[in-house]
Amino acid sequence: MEYTILILLLPFVSFLVLGLAGMKLRPVAAGVIGTAVVAVVAAVSYCTAFEYFFVAGRDAAGLYPTLIPWNGVWLPISATLHIDLGILLDPISVMMLVVISTVSLMVHIYSFGYMKGERGFQRYYAFLSLFTMSMMGLVVATNIFQMYLFWELVGVSSYLLIGFYYTKKEAIAASKKAFIVTRFADLGFLVGILFYGYYAGTFSFTPDAKLLVAAGGMIPLALGLMFIGGAGKSAMFPLHIWLPDAMEGPTPVSALIHAATMVVAGVYLVARMFPLFVGYAPEVLHGTAYIGAFTALYAAVVACVQSDIKRVLAFSTISQIGFMIVSLGVCTSTDPHAGGLGYMASMFHLFTHALFKALLFLGAGAIIHAVHSNEMSAMGGLRRYMPLTHATFLVACLAIAGIWPLSGFFSKDEILTACFAFSPVMGWVMTAIAGLTAFYMFRLYYNIFWGRENRELHAAHTPHEAPWTMTLPLLILAAATLVAGWIPFGRGISSNGEAYTIHIDGSVAAVSLCVAVAGIALATWMYAREKQPVADRLAETFSGLHRAAYHRFYIDEVYQFITHRVIFACISTPIAWFDRHVVDGVMNLLATATHGAAYAVREMQSGSVQRYCIWMLCGALGLTILVLIIC
Amino acid sequence: MIHMEYYLIVSTIMMFAGIYGFVTRRNLLAILISVELILNSVDINFVVFNRFLFPGELEGFFFALFAIGVSAAETAVAIAIIINIYRNLRNIQVRNLREMKW
Repeated sequence: MEYTILILLLPFVSFLVLGLAGMKLRPVAAGVIGTAVVAVVAAVSYCTAFEYFFVAGRDAAGLYPTLIPWNGVWLPISATLHIDLGILLDPISVMMLVVISTVSLMVHIYSFGYMKGERGFQRYYAFLSLFTMSMMGLVVATNIFQMYLFWELVGVSSYLLIGFYYTKKEAIAASKKAFIVTRFADLGFLVGILFYGYYAGTFSFTPDAKLLVAAGGMIPLALGLMFIGGAGKSAMFPLHIWLPDAMEGPTPVSALIHAATMVVAGVYLVARMFPLFVGYAPEVLHGTAYIGAFTALYAAVVACVQSDIKRVLAFSTISQIGFMIVSLGVCTSTDPHAGGLGYMASMFHLFTHALFKALLFLGAGAIIHAVHSNEMSAMGGLRRYMPLTHATFLVACLAIAGIWPLSGFFSKDEILTACFAFSPVMGWVMTAIAGLTAFYMFRLYYNIFWGRENRELHAAHTPHEAPWTMTLPLLILAAATLVAGWIPFGRGISSNGEAYTIHIDGSVAAVSLCVAVAGIALATWMYAREKQPVADRLAETFSGLHRAAYHRFYIDEVYQFITHRVIFACISTPIAWFDRHVVDGVMNLLATATHGAAYAVREMQSGSVQRYCIWMLCGALGLTILVLIIC
Repeated sequence: MIHMEYYLIVSTIMMFAGIYGFVTRRNLLAILISVELILNSVDINFVVFNRFLFPGELEGFFFALFAIGVSAAETAVAIAIIINIYRNLRNIQVRNLREMKW
């Protein structure tokens, strides 16, 4: 399957062309080039998936083999340790190829409508191509180091796209924040990789078991450090602070990068290292589960009170990624029938979440396009103006709430089953968060499409349905969301590669459905009507809690305090003083001393021969006296 | 009989008078004359040492003659330079010779 190299090369070429010659092209031409390239990439990805799962199929042992159609040594470090660049195909990477290319293609088409007439249209498509290339390179990485390289590249693309509106102060601040926070986390990732490379003797994903056993406690440490990198990228608490701010970028970018693909890179990383986590560091893996669960709960609570629709979706993304991490973290073995179900569930949820969350974001983009505001207060009652957006948004909301027969139901059900198998407490907590998810998603839905309508604004500027370039991706993604749950996902992807038939656990499904319906019902009762007395009264009664949640429990302020008051004031300022006065002072002293000495001896070089003569005479006399004394 | 030391005393006085003049004079011609004094004191030494220490030999006398010839040539060159300086600067004071310092 050598043609898979096209998946990386084509977007890269398109990035170069659009980046270097973009200004010479008409905006539409640039958009068409970018979209056409991604369409080809999507076709190649589907082709790869088809060939991988159906033509090549299982090997003699009944497992899907790991194929490496391309691999080359890039940086040899020692005889056994070298950094390779290549393409690795296994069930999860092929699944990711399909997800990324699909969402990327939808976003490319959608951006025609959404970004129409924007300054820097060509630049936008160039960055999208760069992102697509990097993300593809990340998922097909043959070793952890290649993954790290592309990991940083997606970070750069994310930075560039968040700061796309570079004249807007908030966007610049948000892009910097995203870059710094993820870079900070990536430091852990890099250190983890170096530990791993040192003790496992390789960067590949299939190290020598003997070395791992000999390394003892270092492998869990390395994996834990890698998870810090993953937590930064996937916005796990407390490194989540960049993701809500990243919503300053264009909405299609939020859909592609900050909802569907890049932010799940951390989940993908854990899935990639899953055999090592389960085999050598189960306690670290379970630790990630607790972090994921807390993040899911925290983000869900915050999402309940946000007023900016993109922020709600951002916190919902954080919460859903928390679900995926929990699902991976509760695995206790690689056997999907006994303790390894979470792996499949996590990948399944990643897949379905990418589709319906991209749909939600693109729908939100259409709404923002119509009312020119992110705030719920500018919306309400939009179902009359935007029927298509309304229908697709509802589909996505039902999917994320976990209503049968939409895709989210199936994946969430598997996650909850895995959680209950791990411990009942984890199961019930996650079920409660699932209910909370249903509640805040329908709060969002009602506030946009029903509820209090901002009639003044709508009278001044009647909202209208988005152009077809924007509604077409919505329809495609909605169709995908409707059917994705029925894909026999476990047959292709499971923790040890064996075919696993998904069967719905009746009791778990019933409980999660009841909770979801309860959440929706509560949201309907509180937010569906023009007057929302219950919601207002609750906000009034628990005003402290409400305000704290609205300000995201002041985590950003804590960071601000720690960085400015503690790090900058107590560490950086003294260091800066030391640098300015001691380090620079020594250098300045040296320079001043040299200068002074030069000034002092300059007199001797007067150019006056007579003065030289005196010096020479004195020297000669001195020598003579010396000789006389010695002899 | 005049002793060798008396000659040497004279030549030493000439020598230091020349050095003193070379260091202190500000006029180029005076400096040149001082240089000549130094040279002549050395010539006297050559002759005196030849006369008193090696009476049968002639190298000292010839070396003195040779030095007188060289110093005459050198004086000619120096005078030429001084004349050129005078043409350019309209005086021959040493402190005015700064053109070639930097």
